[in-house]
Amino acid sequence: MRNSFAEALYREATENPNIYIVVADISPVGNMASFREEYPNRFINVGVAEQSMIGICAGLALKGCQPFAYTIATFSLYRPFEFVRDDLCYQNLPVTVVGMGAGVIYSDHGGTHHTMEDIAIAGAVPNMQIVAPCDPAEVAEATRWCARQRGGPVYLRIGKSGEPILTKDAEPWQFGKLRCLRRGSDVAILTYGVISKMAVDLADRFAEQGKSVSVYSCHTVKPLDRAGIVAALQRHKHVIVIEEHVPQGGLAPQTKQIAWDIQATCRLDTFTLKDEFIHNNGRHADLLAAHGLSLDAIAHGVGLS
Amino acid sequence: MNSRSNAFDARLAQERCRRYRRRILDMSQRVAALHIGSAYSCTEIVDCMFNVLMRRNADGSSPDTFLMSKGHGCMIQYVILEEHGILSRADLDAYCTPEGRLGVHPDYGNPGITAATGSLGHGLSMSCGMALAERARNEPGTIYAVLSDGEVQEGSTWEAVLMASSLGLENIVAAIDNNNFQSLGRTSDTHPSFYPLGDKFRAFGWEVAEVNGHDSAAIFEAIAARQGGKPFMLVAKTVKGKGVSYMENVPIWHYRSPSREEYVQAIGELEAAR
Repeated sequence: MRNSFAEALYREATENPNIYIVVADISPVGNMASFREEYPNRFINVGVAEQSMIGICAGLALKGCQPFAYTIATFSLYRPFEFVRDDLCYQNLPVTVVGMGAGVIYSDHGGTHHTMEDIAIAGAVPNMQIVAPCDPAEVAEATRWCARQRGGPVYLRIGKSGEPILTKDAEPWQFGKLRCLRRGSDVAILTYGVISKMAVDLADRFAEQGKSVSVYSCHTVKPLDRAGIVAALQRHKHVIVIEEHVPQGGLAPQTKQIAWDIQATCRLDTFTLKDEFIHNNGRHADLLAAHGLSLDAIAHGVGLS
Repeated sequence: MNSRSNAFDARLAQERCRRYRRRILDMSQRVAALHIGSAYSCTEIVDCMFNVLMRRNADGSSPDTFLMSKGHGCMIQYVILEEHGILSRADLDAYCTPEGRLGVHPDYGNPGITAATGSLGHGLSMSCGMALAERARNEPGTIYAVLSDGEVQEGSTWEAVLMASSLGLENIVAAIDNNNFQSLGRTSDTHPSFYPLGDKFRAFGWEVAEVNGHDSAAIFEAIAARQGGKPFMLVAKTVKGKGVSYMENVPIWHYRSPSREEYVQAIGELEAAR
């Protein structure tokens, strides 16, 4: 995903001299290196100084530029949070804060590198928009959108590397709208971000048992496509939410709230990280599994044998 | 558009500063409290930047930018913006009222306000971003920023100090309103190693000048004489509450309004100093 982000941003930057990227001591992968070589005046490395990264982006945006702040998610959102809130959200500036390797992707780096509550934290602040693409192609779409929007700040939550393409047959990407990756009639799975692959795999398991399954990429987590969620709840007998985020403040509780509001009659199951830090130094999948987010555990939880 | 700085005139500067202090004093009688001491300590600095150093286009706008990083000193900014017709008398009269748009700290979106700086330690990073954006222009504007000394305790200020130097942002002209006071007392008591300040900025690659922050001519000359090639820091020695004897160096006047009697005395002192 980070390569896809770098590629899309580089392309945008070649066309728009107002695009800047302000990074905090992170290696320039993929086309980020091209950006740095070709536009050295618009590639700013602040070093290990994330407050300054956000403040500089704010200053650039106050002068009409279109800046991106880029580093590992914990350091792009948590470390400079008050700068994100005051400089970007309060002033409503079109700055994209890229949270790379969000969730527990930096699995064996420990809890200091895990971003388990970022949706809740970013989503709590007025004006903040949140986009969490499900695959590298969606990252490219979202990056293009971020580079061209002037509405306000965006938290762009992306993975790292090696994510498969899930959107080959999907409908076109549109900011603020659920994106149907696969359309069915019995079960709907709502998800976003890197864990979307697990949702697609779960859909395959359902299909093996003769169930018709919809899978939605809820890439725009804020503003959430309420109408899209309502439709999913009304059109399916069984709705499942899978997200790599703590139980509070993410897609799962919002979907439950909407279901309550409309008195939905479908079965609703949600699978999230637990409200606990993870002390496990395994791979990404091991950490997810430690909190019940594995294909087998979810399949069992939704009644698949 | 041709833009140019105003000529410096010491007598005019003194008269403007007296007028600004008087206007703030008048406003103090409408509200329960305001940051009067913090505005008085940086009156000459802000006046010199805004009225003399910042270049002006024929229509009164400026290619340069003023940013009040010590947002709590914004009363002085408000009264100057009023004089320039950027804020109205009605705006200032409605200060801190539900009908008004001006509050205790400068709010982005209000006329003449570059950024929302109620939280300290933000202004210099934003100045770096602005200066970067300006550098891409044919005739880069200068970013004038005023920091408090307490604000220099914020780690984020030092991130920005390092960045401005590393990026060679010579179009940043910052000043520290070095009144040696913060809310809880003397800055030098909070941090005995706070001083010397100038050496700290020099060590970080800034050009530094140290002046009496109530001497408008000294402020003007120090900034006008800067060498360039580096960001510039004016360490301006000031007196909190400058101009009114009972406010000077008394911490309670960080955020307080004078009583009617105190107001009358203050007016008398300001007028006597003409």
